[in-house]
Amino acid sequence: MSLISVRNVWKTYGDDVVLERLNLEVERHEFCSIVGASGCGKTTFLRMLLSQERPSRGEILLDGEPMDEEPNPDRGVVFQRYSVFPHLTVQDNVIVGLEFQQSRLLGRLFGAARRRAVEQAEEMIEAVGLTRARAAYPASLSGGMQQRLAIAQALMRRPKILLLDEPFGALDPGTRAAMHELILRLWRSTGMTIFLVTHDLSEGFQLGTRLLVFDKVRVDPDAPGAYGARVTYDLRLKQRPFDAPGDTVPDPADDGVAATAAVPLANAQAAPA
Amino acid sequence: MARLLNRRPGRLAAMHLAVAPFLLIVLAYVAGSAVRLAENPNDKLLPAPASFVETAQRMAFEADKRSGDYLLWSDTAASLERLGLGLAAGVAIGLVLGIAIGLLPYVTAALRALVAVVSVVPPLALLPILFIVFGLGETGKVVLIIVGIAPFLVRDVALRVGEIPNEQLIKAQTLGASTWQIVTRVVLPQILPRLVDAVRLSLGPAWLFLIASEAIAATDGLGYRIFLVRRYLAMDVIIPYVAWITLLAYTMDLGLRSLSRRAFPWAVTGDSRS
Ligand SMILES: Nc1ncnc2c1ncn2[C@@H]1O[C@H](COP(=O)(O)OP(=O)(O)OP(=O)(O)O)[C@@H](O)[C@H]1O
Ligand SMILES: [Mg+2]
Repeated sequence: MSLISVRNVWKTYGDDVVLERLNLEVERHEFCSIVGASGCGKTTFLRMLLSQERPSRGEILLDGEPMDEEPNPDRGVVFQRYSVFPHLTVQDNVIVGLEFQQSRLLGRLFGAARRRAVEQAEEMIEAVGLTRARAAYPASLSGGMQQRLAIAQALMRRPKILLLDEPFGALDPGTRAAMHELILRLWRSTGMTIFLVTHDLSEGFQLGTRLLVFDKVRVDPDAPGAYGARVTYDLRLKQRPFDAPGDTVPDPADDGVAATAAVPLANAQAAPA
Repeated sequence: MARLLNRRPGRLAAMHLAVAPFLLIVLAYVAGSAVRLAENPNDKLLPAPASFVETAQRMAFEADKRSGDYLLWSDTAASLERLGLGLAAGVAIGLVLGIAIGLLPYVTAALRALVAVVSVVPPLALLPILFIVFGLGETGKVVLIIVGIAPFLVRDVALRVGEIPNEQLIKAQTLGASTWQIVTRVVLPQILPRLVDAVRLSLGPAWLFLIASEAIAATDGLGYRIFLVRRYLAMDVIIPYVAWITLLAYTMDLGLRSLSRRAFPWAVTGDSRS
């Protein structure tokens, strides 16, 4: 059974059709790059995967079940901007997910529980190369560091699916290459499924195991909103490293405390630039 | 020659410039007072600066013959208590309603129009009603301050909450946060610095409503004293009291400002003008 089934999904705002007739099966541990012209509905598609928006027609299944109606820890997200909390330090940004999970009333951990959370966070912070900036506030981090922080934060709750909306759009080529390495490493070591929206076609080709191109097949010049975009190309790019010999992949963890306890980030030791 | 808007005073010059207007006011007063007193030694309008010191000493360090109180201090205590209660209640209402209106669509739908209407009612016009409903005791005065500042605080907090990027609220949900956790760990800490600014802006109106209600119905308080001695044209009491009120208000503003700087290191304000 596929992890995600998109079944005849439409999205309309008023009379404007943004997306039409989307049909898609996505397997576990797939890395889907999504490209398409500006305004064709890529972000809208991610929002539906996140339950931030609901399809106007059709349905999206997760593990064969209708998706939760609200965003939840199954699906992590990194937006292009505003993904981290400006009033929390790097370390607090990373452990806040554990605090939400383990302290329903206060949303804060103290004493031994906090030390355990900090230990787990340490590993993640190191994986994204922010150890030295642990006590800094996001405003004093560079754009690349903020995005790495956002990724670390999102991964702490072990999402099955990670949604990335142009996360590297504002970065210089060098930083971007380092981020590519980082995200691939994390993807391999966690076994999660990733959706990455990008405007950079080569980035899409380089990272994805699958490339989805969103485009309008029908255009009515008199009524630009009459038809929506569909997936016009669905390319399988390469053998999934999942199947390659030598790559060990830990099971994608389910919910629960046990799952959030120490995740071996197999290949995620070296810090990116 | 540089444009006027590009020319900046040095540190020392800036300090002199800041002091100059105060000096000018004092000089103008001293000169005016001297001229009038030369004409009529009993002039009450602009008493000599020396009489301020004398009166201030009497008000602060000599027990009042009738009540046995040190009037300046008992007036100050009474006024600050009313002001403190009014501000505290106003801030509490502002926070609770403001966050609820800014964050929860159902509350927005139910209350936003009401708050918008209430905030244009002139609070002083309500003063008689408050005195009728709550009597002439403390409650009416405190309620006037609350009515005067709470609508502004509610709207300001709601606006600030609305400015928090939606991405953050979604992100928190993907980390498993409940509404309550989002309020306490995402929204509240981020609006606190803005709240301090809003309270600073509310101090002026709060003092206004305090003095107004004390002037109309009170037996002590800074505003009461000023309006009491007005009957005797006692400028030597009024002017030190006004200066004292100004000093109190200014100190509060300064205190809030430095609190905001120290307590919220993550908030890069960078605006030295405020
Ligand atoms: N809440 C909304 N209400 C009305 N129209 C919307 C809404 N959200 C998105 N749209 C419309 O849906 C279309 C697709 O928007 P979307 O943000 O998904 O595009 P995108 O592919 O992510 O573009 P970009 O590459 O520029 O980020 C746009 O035409 C936009 O105007
Ligand atoms: Mg977009």
